[in-house]
Amino acid sequence: MSAIHDAYIWLNDPLNWTNPGGILDQLRTHLRLSALAVGAACLVAWPVGIGLGHRGRGGGLVVVVSNISLAVPTLALLTILPLTFLGFGDAAVVLAIAVFAVPPLLANAYTGVREVDPEVRDAARGMGLSGWQVLTRVELPLAVPYLAAGFRTAAVQSVATVTLAALIGAGGLGAFVTEGFGRQDMGEVLAGGLLTALLCLLVEAVLAAAQRLATPRALRTRRRWAPRPHVRSLSLMDVPETGQAAD
Amino acid sequence: MSFLAVTYLVEDPPGNPWFSWRYVRDNAGQIEEALREHVGLTVSAVVIAAAIALPLAVLAHRVRWLSGPILALSGVLYTIPSLALFAFLAPFMGVSASTVRVGLVLYALLVIVRNALTGLRQVSSDALDAAHGMGYGSLGRLLRIELPLALPSIVTGLRLATVSTVALTTVGVVAGHGGLGQLILGGFRNNYYKAEIFTGAVLCVALALVLDLLLAGAGRLATPWSRRR
Repeated sequence: MSAIHDAYIWLNDPLNWTNPGGILDQLRTHLRLSALAVGAACLVAWPVGIGLGHRGRGGGLVVVVSNISLAVPTLALLTILPLTFLGFGDAAVVLAIAVFAVPPLLANAYTGVREVDPEVRDAARGMGLSGWQVLTRVELPLAVPYLAAGFRTAAVQSVATVTLAALIGAGGLGAFVTEGFGRQDMGEVLAGGLLTALLCLLVEAVLAAAQRLATPRALRTRRRWAPRPHVRSLSLMDVPETGQAAD
Repeated sequence: MSFLAVTYLVEDPPGNPWFSWRYVRDNAGQIEEALREHVGLTVSAVVIAAAIALPLAVLAHRVRWLSGPILALSGVLYTIPSLALFAFLAPFMGVSASTVRVGLVLYALLVIVRNALTGLRQVSSDALDAAHGMGYGSLGRLLRIELPLALPSIVTGLRLATVSTVALTTVGVVAGHGGLGQLILGGFRNNYYKAEIFTGAVLCVALALVLDLLLAGAGRLATPWSRRR
């Protein structure tokens, strides 16, 4: 197929890698935007999620946030935010991506703290720990696997959605796809798609390993079919009464 | 001076409002066409995906060793950004609406398979034992016991798939068939025409909500037993 051949040639041109606006440049932009977005989302979602989980309320809020975010197209935020007071530039793009990274972080932080065995919590209380100590010494350490799972989902999703920033000319690896479509150069389209997909799979693999490391050994061998905590909103939609989480 | 200020306001209404009836009225045809394409792409993608996903889920449920690969494959596919998926399809399928549709089907497929499989797995073994004891064969058990009991989960999957497909369809704009995405990006490229962007975005969210409510209603009707309790 000629597109494959064209993509091969395009990828083999060193100038396409090192030119200003080339692959290396766009990769840097891509990673910078993703990292900023995930960081911003963590700053908001973790304190809120952990706080709500600690108090044991606000589960409804978590569900609502997650459901609404599902219905809003990323493209809409990406085009609307730069036209507000944020102005053109990284801030608007980062915020647009961060908004979609919040739900998985929030949901997992909430669930992680919430899922701590009540008996463990009682025991901690009985030992005389204050509310704050229970949170920092008992609940948070036990919630780490969930926090890691949420982080992984949010990060992979952000790296994937930053691709769309190219549609509004903000760069990132998606730029080659949009540029290729614009020029009807299917080789470039294919090469751009390949680079983007590879980056996402790579980030996913690295973070999956990191999540494994963050999870204590005893908790690693979960039942294979237990719903994974980070499956976004699967277990969060207004769950049918048969009980999604019958585990 | 105040007179001048008033004329200024009258003659030059805020140049680029977020919402304008005038834009909607003047471009009703274009908006309707975009909405029509959006609904068409979303509905056809979810219907095709469901038609493939449900048998696939049943198969994966029956043939144990198949569910591992199916779930792993769906996980990998879900990691790939939509823009990249369209980029993989377009060189071979051309830049057309069916390219966008195939991409949407693939994503919707994953969500539906995962949820249907979860639902099938959650059917309690007591219910299965009882069915066995009552003399149900394997097909009867599937149709009369397992699928109905998995229905709430299947409906959840359909709702998730529908809502995310509505949002995802906008990305089809890269191939020139993004439904309401054409308005959103079109407005952005058309000198940041806010009214066009906003109309597209609002219709998109509204469409997702309407379709979600319809499916939720249908789900309730189909599972009368789950309402009581």
